[in-house]
Amino acid sequence: MADEKIRVLIAKPGLDGHDRGAKVIARALRDSGMEVIYTGLRQTPEMIVEAALQEDVHVIGLSILSGAHLALVPRVKELMAAEGLDDVLLLVGGIIPDDDIARLKEMGVSSVFGPGTPTDAIAQHIKSTVQSG
Amino acid sequence: MTSDTTQALIDGVLAGQRRSLARLITRVENRTPDAADALAALYPHTGRANLVGITGAPGTGKSTRVNALAQTLRRQDHTVGIVAVDPTSPFSGGAVLGDRIRMSDLSGDPGVFIRSMANRGSLGGLAATTGDVVRVLDAGGFDYVLVETVGAGQSEVDIARMATTTIVVDAPGLGDDVQAIKAGILEIADILVVNKADRPGVQNTVRALRAMLELGHRLRTAGHHGYQLVPPDESADNEPVYDFWQVPILQTVATEHTGLDAVVDAIAQHREHLHESGIMAERTRQRVEAELVARLREELLFG
Ligand SMILES: Nc1nc2c(ncn2[C@@H]2O[C@H](COP(=O)(O)OP(=O)(O)O)[C@@H](O)[C@H]2O)c(=O)[nH]1
Repeated sequence: MADEKIRVLIAKPGLDGHDRGAKVIARALRDSGMEVIYTGLRQTPEMIVEAALQEDVHVIGLSILSGAHLALVPRVKELMAAEGLDDVLLLVGGIIPDDDIARLKEMGVSSVFGPGTPTDAIAQHIKSTVQSG
Repeated sequence: MTSDTTQALIDGVLAGQRRSLARLITRVENRTPDAADALAALYPHTGRANLVGITGAPGTGKSTRVNALAQTLRRQDHTVGIVAVDPTSPFSGGAVLGDRIRMSDLSGDPGVFIRSMANRGSLGGLAATTGDVVRVLDAGGFDYVLVETVGAGQSEVDIARMATTTIVVDAPGLGDDVQAIKAGILEIADILVVNKADRPGVQNTVRALRAMLELGHRLRTAGHHGYQLVPPDESADNEPVYDFWQVPILQTVATEHTGLDAVVDAIAQHREHLHESGIMAERTRQRVEAELVARLREELLFG
């Protein structure tokens, strides 16, 4: 009896000190049936990718409020490639200026979710993308 | 994500490749058809790791302690695999697995591998597949495999059956000390740890635990009905293997890494005791038997 679950890593890189948003997302994804690994504050790209590898997640969700997304995302992507995690979906949540959203997508981010995004939409996006991939 | 062949993953695990390890664990958790074959192939490579179970009520500091214990073991050059089990939500089937939050000190160390598991509806503190996941880590060559469980109270016998050494963690300030550790969970302890020894009330907790240990002091036997407590007068005619292990009560401050060396020493002493007394051999026999029964039951129910 195979029993597959979508596994998601929610990580909070950077130095900004609160993670309420990340926790809300983590709980919402749990409530839609996913197994969510939550790693806490101040994660470096190295820590995030290592955790994603060990936990064998389908999705990495980065919650970034610090404005450092243009520096963090390429580094995470680079490490993912080095570890053979190119098939892992990368999502970014947080306050990201419109111009940067396009750039993040060029870097390989699957989707960017602003602060007002209904959590259902995030769960739906993950489910449809993971299941078709 | 499912593109790797089973054989490639098995080879990868035996070669110590972390990505293969992670992916094979997923298949074991998902009970994919090839997982059973992989486990069979890995079986001859298991049995080397020291399996340590860590349980106790929520908030006693288990994750923090696992983190500190792993660091202590790393300083002694042992490699460490960690399996942290948390409950699955009965409503959604999902879970938030947060044990890594307190283990970030271990990040970046190639001698450590951490895996979070949801119990996926299993009643005990473990998931049905935790034993198999531990076996994969064992085959992967880790010297120690630490399993941290939801300290629910009942059904913690699961972990005692699986682990070589079971550590039960308590802490002061959780309310009624006697309630904090239920009698059933005390029975499975090979080592008792009072964590948060920096907090007031630590002596009360230690005293309460000692009293309970003495109260429940019976001869432990490794007889036919598992690893259980049998009153001395009843044990006369079933030729039990006596276990004269004295359960130590150790104090730690996990947040400051105090007292952890004594815990590591106690684990080593307990393992030695199990070997010398013949209990290890008996436990291994029981474990194989219990697993066989569990597998058969599953085959019959779901096969
Ligand atoms: N004062 C003190 N706090 C501790 C100690 N160990 C853990 N804690 C704190 O207790 C809380 C719960 O710890 P955690 O490891 O998550 O407990 P678990 O639920 O049993 O895994 C955290 O805030 C820890 O920082 C300790 O030895 N002393």
